[in-house]
Amino acid sequence: MGFNELSIEEFGQKLRAGEVTSEAVTKAILDAIDADQTNAFITKPDRDAALERAREIDAKLAAGEDLGPLAGVPIALKDNLCTKGVRTTAASKILGDFEPPYDATAVRKLAEAGAIAVGKANLDEFAMGSSNENSAFGPVDNPVNTDYVPGGSSGGSAAAVAGHLCLAALGSDTGGSIRQPAALTGTVGLKPTYGRVSRYGLIAFGSSLDQIGPITKTVRDAAYVLEAIQGPCEFDMTSMEVEAGDYQAAVDAGVSGLKIGVPKEYFELGAGEDAIHPEVKAAVQNALSTLEAQGAELVDISLPHTEYAIATYYLIATAEASSNLSRFDGVRYGHRSDDAPDLESLYENSRSEGFGDEVKRRIMLGTYVLSAGFYDAYYKKAQQVRTLIKQDFENAFQEVDAIVTPTTPSPAFKKGEKTDDPLQMYLEDIYTISCNLAGIPGISVPCGTTGDGLPIGLQILAPAFREDTLFQVAGEWERSGK
Amino acid sequence: MAISKEEVLHIAKLSRLKLSESEVDALAHNLSDILQYVEKLNELDVSGVEPMTHAVPTQMRLREDVVEQRLTRDDLMKNAPASQDGMFKVPKVVSD
Repeated sequence: MGFNELSIEEFGQKLRAGEVTSEAVTKAILDAIDADQTNAFITKPDRDAALERAREIDAKLAAGEDLGPLAGVPIALKDNLCTKGVRTTAASKILGDFEPPYDATAVRKLAEAGAIAVGKANLDEFAMGSSNENSAFGPVDNPVNTDYVPGGSSGGSAAAVAGHLCLAALGSDTGGSIRQPAALTGTVGLKPTYGRVSRYGLIAFGSSLDQIGPITKTVRDAAYVLEAIQGPCEFDMTSMEVEAGDYQAAVDAGVSGLKIGVPKEYFELGAGEDAIHPEVKAAVQNALSTLEAQGAELVDISLPHTEYAIATYYLIATAEASSNLSRFDGVRYGHRSDDAPDLESLYENSRSEGFGDEVKRRIMLGTYVLSAGFYDAYYKKAQQVRTLIKQDFENAFQEVDAIVTPTTPSPAFKKGEKTDDPLQMYLEDIYTISCNLAGIPGISVPCGTTGDGLPIGLQILAPAFREDTLFQVAGEWERSGK
Repeated sequence: MAISKEEVLHIAKLSRLKLSESEVDALAHNLSDILQYVEKLNELDVSGVEPMTHAVPTQMRLREDVVEQRLTRDDLMKNAPASQDGMFKVPKVVSD
């Protein structure tokens, strides 16, 4: 087993036992990235800088400093997170060779925890997509089976973790963009509560939905990363100071006495090709039985507005995106068209040359639903239905501590399979989207594989700011599901 | 609800996008499909339901109103596609 295949926890144990150094693991990771064939990275790490930083951490540890669990750990960053002086593209041509003058808060916090940044991971352009096929820098292969997509939009981050090109990665999740690729690649992906992690320096897509979170090899590793990146920051007024539970203790706590809700809509929705895949359903039911055997009480619940979540999401997320992406105008940074005789054509040509098809489609939809005469019928209505979806969860959490569902209706699909039909691609997010609309936390953990060897994901949802409950259930399943 | 090509062009203008003929055709088709799908929301009676604008109820936190310099003008101008004398340069805006 190469050092690059270690989890953060295993690496930490070996590091403290003197069996490995940060320099050795960083070198193993850099070599693996150099040999990568999955296109997981848009910008590969600066080798000398990464190794120098690893040696600094090793020296501090040798001097007896206690640096915490992320010290010396190579972590990849989704390329919509700003990194000072390192090209940040959001997988779009419109950002050109943009080099941010500052670090995102989550990136800064990882550095303060001693992590080694190893490259900028591929994604769907502006985090818009569920397959990583919408990247201006080319699609990413699923390392489990390279004919298949790794999911998206954090496809590069998930592929990098699954392919052992980093020990962990940061992604972002607006409608499932951390959890869905985690499910499709057999990794752990956590979307924290809205407000748990500062969004400062995250290139905005849907500002009322976006959250930054970890993709890792184990549940405990996700807890380590969340501990490092959480907390309020003065540059994101929606980031909040809310007490966090003891995540490490939660991972080990077990589920005895915990009430777990099983929403019937997540197992019934859709018909024909949209219906839940039988092997996914069986795997999730098996996980539920295991959790029950470990002392959890299963409770049948209903989230009646689930079937309206995708429609609600695509109105709200595109409206917010059309507004957020208006800043890309070719004036202050990013791509500027050569064909710009006047200001109007500078805007139009720069944007038309810079944005890809899916991004244009979403800007158009968002502009339409916000435009005069349609605002009440579409945008306001979606905001009202969002309230109903949030109330569904509030009602459910009166009765249960957590909710368990599949992460996606089916395992990974083949490249090119859904690219011609945007709506079909949107339906991929059917089980993950409500969580963002309600602002609650969700985690996807590996739940076996299909007969074809494709990973299946188990999703756990909890009330706002109860990530500790997620870790409790996820930790138990990871232990007893083996 | 079907979206006509004229409507697509109008929305493109509002979005500051210039579309090719084939993009206009594709978007008229795609947007019509998507809007037809979202019609689903009309099944629900939402009268009296408060629109939700934020995931978590937040109160604006205030900070001291003090000047601080985190980024210099040079930092911010470094990515400009065109600049002159410390200012962003664009084509002429006001006609003669």
